[in-house]
Amino acid sequence: MFWQPTSLQEAVRLLADEGGILVAGGTDVFPALVDRPSPAGLIDLTRCAELKGIAIGADAIRIGAGSRWSEIARASLPRGLAALQAAAREVGSVQIQNSGTIGGNLCNASPAADGVPPLLALDAAIELVGPHGLRRLRVGDFVLGNRRTARAADEILSAVLIPRRLEAGGSAFLKLGARRYMVISIVMVAVTLVPGPDGRIADARVAVGAASAAAQRLGGLEARLIGTDPVGSAPADLVSAADVAGLSPIDDVRASAAYRLDAARELVGRAILQAWEAARA
Amino acid sequence: MLDQPAAFALTLNGEPCRIAADPGARLSAVLRDQIGCEGTKIGCNAGDCGACTVLVDGEPVCACLTAFGQVAGRAVVTVEGIEAGTRSGAALKAAMLARGAAQCGICTPGMLVSAAAYLDRTPVPDEAGVRDALGGVLCRCTGYGKIVEAVLDAAAPKGAEAAAFDGGIVGRRVPRLDGVPKVDGTERYGADGWPAETLLLRAVRSPHHRARFTLGDLEGWRAAHPGVVAVLTTADVPGRNLYGVIPAFADQPVFATGEVRFRGEAVAAVVGDRAAVEALDLAGFPVAWEPLDALIGLDAALADGAALVQANRPGNVLVRGRVAKGDVAAGLAAADRTVSGQFATGFVEHAYIEPEAGFARRVGDRIEIAACTQAPYMDRDDVALVLGIAPEQVRIIPTAVGGGFGSKLDLSVQPFIAVAAWRLGRPVGMVYSRPESIMTTTKRHPGRLAMTVGATRDGRLTAIDFSGDFDTGAYASWGPTVANRVPVHASGPYFVPDYRAEARAILTHSVPAGAFRGFGVPQMAVAQEQLFDELALGLGLDPLEFRILNALTAETPTATGQVLGAGAGMRACLEALRPHWARARAAAETFNATASGSLRRGAGVAGMWYGCGNTSMSNPSTIRIGLKPDGRIALHQGAVDIGQGSNTVIAQIAAEALGVDLAALDLVSADTDLTPDCGKTSASRQTFVTGRAAELAGRALRAAILRLANAGPDAAIVCGPGRVIVAEGEARREIDLAGLAVDRHGYVLAAEETFDPPTSPLDANGQGDPYAVYGFGAHLAEIEIDTALGTVRVLHVTAAHDVGRAVNPLLIEGQVEGGVAQGIGLALMEEFIPGRGENLHDYLIPTVGDVPPVTTILIEDGAPAGPFGAKGVGEQALIPTAPAILNAIHHATGLRVTRVPATPDRIRAGLVGLGGQA
Ligand SMILES: Cc1cc2nc3c(=O)[nH]c(=O)nc-3n(C[C@H](O)[C@H](O)[C@H](O)COP(=O)(O)OP(=O)(O)OC[C@H]3O[C@@H](n4cnc5c(N)ncnc54)[C@H](O)[C@@H]3O)c2cc1C
Ligand code: FES
Ligand code: FES
Repeated sequence: MFWQPTSLQEAVRLLADEGGILVAGGTDVFPALVDRPSPAGLIDLTRCAELKGIAIGADAIRIGAGSRWSEIARASLPRGLAALQAAAREVGSVQIQNSGTIGGNLCNASPAADGVPPLLALDAAIELVGPHGLRRLRVGDFVLGNRRTARAADEILSAVLIPRRLEAGGSAFLKLGARRYMVISIVMVAVTLVPGPDGRIADARVAVGAASAAAQRLGGLEARLIGTDPVGSAPADLVSAADVAGLSPIDDVRASAAYRLDAARELVGRAILQAWEAARA
Repeated sequence: MLDQPAAFALTLNGEPCRIAADPGARLSAVLRDQIGCEGTKIGCNAGDCGACTVLVDGEPVCACLTAFGQVAGRAVVTVEGIEAGTRSGAALKAAMLARGAAQCGICTPGMLVSAAAYLDRTPVPDEAGVRDALGGVLCRCTGYGKIVEAVLDAAAPKGAEAAAFDGGIVGRRVPRLDGVPKVDGTERYGADGWPAETLLLRAVRSPHHRARFTLGDLEGWRAAHPGVVAVLTTADVPGRNLYGVIPAFADQPVFATGEVRFRGEAVAAVVGDRAAVEALDLAGFPVAWEPLDALIGLDAALADGAALVQANRPGNVLVRGRVAKGDVAAGLAAADRTVSGQFATGFVEHAYIEPEAGFARRVGDRIEIAACTQAPYMDRDDVALVLGIAPEQVRIIPTAVGGGFGSKLDLSVQPFIAVAAWRLGRPVGMVYSRPESIMTTTKRHPGRLAMTVGATRDGRLTAIDFSGDFDTGAYASWGPTVANRVPVHASGPYFVPDYRAEARAILTHSVPAGAFRGFGVPQMAVAQEQLFDELALGLGLDPLEFRILNALTAETPTATGQVLGAGAGMRACLEALRPHWARARAAAETFNATASGSLRRGAGVAGMWYGCGNTSMSNPSTIRIGLKPDGRIALHQGAVDIGQGSNTVIAQIAAEALGVDLAALDLVSADTDLTPDCGKTSASRQTFVTGRAAELAGRALRAAILRLANAGPDAAIVCGPGRVIVAEGEARREIDLAGLAVDRHGYVLAAEETFDPPTSPLDANGQGDPYAVYGFGAHLAEIEIDTALGTVRVLHVTAAHDVGRAVNPLLIEGQVEGGVAQGIGLALMEEFIPGRGENLHDYLIPTVGDVPPVTTILIEDGAPAGPFGAKGVGEQALIPTAPAILNAIHHATGLRVTRVPATPDRIRAGLVGLGGQA
């Protein structure tokens, strides 16, 4: 069966009653099949009106879960969201960005999901809708591990909410892969920095992906950055080995664990410098 | 809510239509199998290759990741519709053709569709934008340069570049003669154009590297699965359950019996109605596995007391090759400086975008196979053995080949579909999935190489001592060829007085390693060309000048004692790089002197030589050419064009020899019923060997026509409808063809000529003349390395190649650019690890963003044996790229990379080890 609900309510009801597999862009659903046939029951979310669109509200920017990466990349958004938009442009290829959605990226919960670090670095939350209503979770409380989220089987991710608190800051996203396009991140980082009146860092968010089962914030480093001015420092001097010690990367075909840690440290340093440059521009 | 059998309304290629298909099925499958839009290609079914790109409401998406139901009510445009459905489609097709941007053409639909979307919405396109737009489509043939140029051209046509016409047909930049179907989506590859009633076959394969297995109740399983017509196993093979590209080494079963020797080996096949077989979950197939300890890697296979992969190969040594000359110990002792090194390379996957595919049908007591292949006559003979019938009972009709690079020399789908179609009397087709293709088809041999090189103070090479072990996997394939070819080539294109080179092909429980552009020589060059740099630098000599000093010439003997006499343009290649080298080295050094961050630059050079054709073995090609009563000339050209361009190049040679315009020729392409044997498309032999046969045949037909017209040797031949005009000075003779008798092929006049390159057998020390012709070349690579991350970006490659005679410079540039791209992959990112990475997102090949501009310099030092002096270039182009990049990394950082691919983590670890950059 193939259902094509046009409203979120209908989708929630179908999911509860029929229990099919949700598909948005399909860019994770189909590759996961390898050469197996399509699942018997699919609920296509691409026609649900409520999942579409990006709206700038009073307190938060609401990105419909069904927003495709190309839509996010093209949208006019405050500069604090530059890291998210940069990530959007780094997801796979034009083809993947034209289909893949931010909601699918979060629900699929790959450790290498490029959407997660920028959202962590923006204190973003998500909204889940199920038969029993709506709930909100911070992204860090939603993405729990490798392919693990806090989503109940009968819930649909409806939107990503980005508080406007950090939107005036500067942000940067850096992704490291073994080739230019269509590459799963070896490691990626997102940084948001808000300058204070004294010209020093007043608020900082640093998140690293692909170096642990779920992307992580580097809280210790964030705290230490407050009140500093990174200008003139070398990337490696901004970040200590201890700052990344909480990460737990793995060895795989893409890189060794030791390399991931080393590269994360360098990239975080670079992203701090880049975000700071944007913040002061 | 929409339900299953409903028909969906959509607009397809501008036409409103209603299509009833499973809405959950992949759009790519519905387009191809139900609607017949087979221009949409499937290279991976996972979003990784972009071959399936279509436009949905004007935006490019992967049809393989889109559920058919998701396009209900939307406008879909496939390659078949881009001319009418996009503004730039027509210009793009023309530009792709003119620029030589389609080689095998399997990526072309995806490229065209992606490019059309980009151009249609971009008022002022630029190169960076084009690259972003094409980043999602992989091409394994072209190196992308000509595709990018074509897209920019389509946006702002600059006028045809093919204008330069020096009067000759050989030497002209002729766009490929078989190019039109490649750009309009009608080309038929292995998975295309099957008869409607064709059954589908899928193989049941081992999930273990090595295992004993027992099959269960097959008939019961079949009966429980409606639509499955047959289950085939070893018992169903009518002839010999064995095949192999080298007859004396044939050791690979169609279906394993009792024990599987590598992960992915087939134990059975299921055949049935397409939809039913596609829907099968083969995990439930009745087979019980008992995993056994597997020998993975050289150490395991060579360990004392290791099990034998093949009972008749003691020590797991399949074959040894050896070339020795002079006294190596004395030569090394006489050297003022020696350097030694150990190097390692991994399995490399061919990663053509077309997975193996084809169908077979039984016609009376004959079998016909339409599949992608590089070697129709070898396929014919092996299929005959498998079916237990005569070779003449097998007809091989090669389809267009969506990339081969060596791996489609070996059988893949053919024995399965042949056995099934023979048994069932119905057409049977098979398409490898991407994981199946990666898991089971041949790879580049991993090499473990040790080498010592010595030279005198003034830079003259004295001696080389080389030994190499190559992991050939579980079956022979081309292992013997690698073991024999490498020792011949381990001197590089240089004169080395005292020489010893030994190579072994070692059996392991991995996927068979076979032929891949260069037969082991690229791996060897990673060692030899890096050590030459070490030696030169150690002697305080310039690496390029060191190579020039030692370059082989027409007079100096090779490692096998062969003196070429002519056609040895190595020095010229190196000398052509001199100005580029000086500029590149200086530019890199200036950059580094002022660099403050982590970026460093470097420039490196490497040389190459490569013998065209089989090593000391007969490898003839036969060309038939005939004048038809209608005044057209038929060229029976059996060399399979796998994208490299033989359909065009051989025709150019024949037309030149015959003295007629290219347009006078009708091409009859490879088909074992229609074209004489032109051998395999490998070993860079087609331009040389088949080209020479075409030259001879063209000249013979010319002589026959002139004889008939009683004209002298310089007369001009012009073909017209039903007649041939022979003009000599003022005299004009018109031959009316209608009245003349025809031969059994229907020709008024015909010629058939065979050419077999003159070689001699190698003696016990490998001395002799293994090849009649060698290609030479040298690459200069400029790179930038991020020392903090270990990432390398190739900025530019300058490639000088001695091609003897550039029959078609446009196509040669395509070969060089494509070779460079594969060399970049070998150097920096590609390694297949058995059991892991059996897809194109873990196994990475270069994208359009990873291949830099390539400047090709063609040297024409004619080889007397070649047609108009021409040599091959297909493999040559790949060999020097990787060592040139590695030498550039050393120039930039001082790091010597001894294991490829030089992935960021390995480079970074190496730099940390050096100390300086940690
Ligand atoms: C070639 C290729 C390259 C890629 N490159 C990258 C990359 O560079 N970076 C990266 O991060 N990712 C990459 N991806 C992965 C993928 O494209 C992204 O994760 C994408 O954002 C997934 O979105 P989707 O809409 O396609 O998800 P889908 O495949 O439709 O769904 C993914 C999962 O989420 C569930 N789901 C989807 N929407 C919802 C919802 N609203 N509520 C609840 N559950 C939902 C589905 O049931 C499914 O389990 C790549 C994929 C491919 C094929
Ligand atoms: S077949 Fe769709 S991307 Fe490869
Ligand atoms: S021409 Fe691009 S894959 Fe062959």
